[in-house]
Amino acid sequence: MKAIYILCLRQLKRYIRSPARIVGSLGQPILFLIALGFGLRAMFARAGNGDYISFLSPGIISMAILFNAVFSGIEIIWDRQFGFLKETLVAPVSRLEIVFGRMLGGAIVAMAQGIVVFLICLLAGFRVVRSPYLPLAIVFMFMIALLFAGIGTVFGSVLQDMQGFPLIINFLIMPLFFFSGAIFNANGLPAALRFALRLNPLSYGVDGLRGALINQFVFGMKTDLAVVTVLTALLLAIGSYFFSKIQL
Amino acid sequence: MGDMIVVQDLVKNYGDFCAVNHVSFTVPEGKIFGFLGPNGAGKTTTIKMLTTVLDPTSGWIRVNGHDPTHEQKQVRRSFGIVFQDPSLDDELTAQENMDLHGILYGVPRAERLKRIDILIDFVGLGDRKKDFVKTYSGGMKRRLEVARALLHNPRILFLDEPTIGLDPQTRNHIWSYIQQLCKEEGVTVFFTTHYMDEADRVANDVAVIDHGKIVAQGAPAELKEKTKSANLEDAFIALTGHAIREEEANATDRMRMMGRAWRGGGRR
Repeated sequence: MKAIYILCLRQLKRYIRSPARIVGSLGQPILFLIALGFGLRAMFARAGNGDYISFLSPGIISMAILFNAVFSGIEIIWDRQFGFLKETLVAPVSRLEIVFGRMLGGAIVAMAQGIVVFLICLLAGFRVVRSPYLPLAIVFMFMIALLFAGIGTVFGSVLQDMQGFPLIINFLIMPLFFFSGAIFNANGLPAALRFALRLNPLSYGVDGLRGALINQFVFGMKTDLAVVTVLTALLLAIGSYFFSKIQL
Repeated sequence: MGDMIVVQDLVKNYGDFCAVNHVSFTVPEGKIFGFLGPNGAGKTTTIKMLTTVLDPTSGWIRVNGHDPTHEQKQVRRSFGIVFQDPSLDDELTAQENMDLHGILYGVPRAERLKRIDILIDFVGLGDRKKDFVKTYSGGMKRRLEVARALLHNPRILFLDEPTIGLDPQTRNHIWSYIQQLCKEEGVTVFFTTHYMDEADRVANDVAVIDHGKIVAQGAPAELKEKTKSANLEDAFIALTGHAIREEEANATDRMRMMGRAWRGGGRR
């Protein structure tokens, strides 16, 4: 247990100590929020869909969490390069404790970034709707963070170097984000896209978070919660498995 | 006193390439064993297999009586290691790196804090212990890694080229401490080095490995006698030839270079 704690703490320290990284990774969500949010706001309202900033904000928060969580897993590659991974791999603690500490630390960092983006969204005009689901927002943020920290861990464990990095960004993270319902409503999409949306784990996270914050659902709270819980548990297990197979 | 490290017929293949080829040796408790060989001879690969981070293709290993492939935890508890490449977290301070290590190895808090202070002072980093490791020179990082390897009172020390980048003063300081540990506490040391004078001076026994095979084994004096050489360096060259070895840069080395360029950009 102590190993989980100290490795988790290590990641929090690294996060807090690099303001450049905190600010840097806010750039993309803010850009999306402003460009899409204000750019499409009028059109969205004219189509009778309500306030686009409020619709978009949960999606942008999810995006920040998604990116930071996947990167936290991919950090394994950096630790491999800069040697620290070896130090943990020869320590007399189980691989499970090491990888749990890492994923937990990564998830908390990703969630912290999500909360910062949430505050920025409030500044941009995002209004939370009073609903009984509101406390679930933090649950969904944490689950999204853990789920994608797990996915990042799989890639971080399998890849030997950063060569595959653009591949992950362009063929995993970006599609996951765009086809998650983060920026548009699932209703009225072509059937193929709607199907892709249903397969995407992030869709349920986004839907759950949006439901908790502004009480608008596509799949429904129960479905969202069930799918995200099961997938998070699964991805934590898969991530741990791949991590435990690392050899130097 | 028993044998702390026993290796029989150890083999590691990477595809067609045989990195370690039927290697056998034993290291008795409390002895210093030098593992010598040119670049790419298989030294680090052997250490990786002894320290549980790489599974052998075949062969039999016992470290402190345990099998590194199946009894990993017992083996890991037995040793401390200084790796060939750096293995510190640059974004943490020296003290935090030590503390993290102590917690991973389950050293109780009071003892941990005490030993961290003693060891950091011992390697001459007392007044820098609250500084981030990224501000350290190569030699300082090396010294910190030596201190860290000793923190949990290991029975065996693996030192993979531990004295690279250290000045003669520090090198002597560290070796005399390690020799004292061997004598007084029966700690066993397995080390690799390219400094033959160092091996000659501190090792009770050495093995010379080349192209994955052990080509000679014995006390430094025996090797010198066998090859009729004045010193261990001449004996080493007599045994392994004059050809300069090429070591292919692995993925890690390439990444390190990329990483430097990237970090130079100011991120992290």
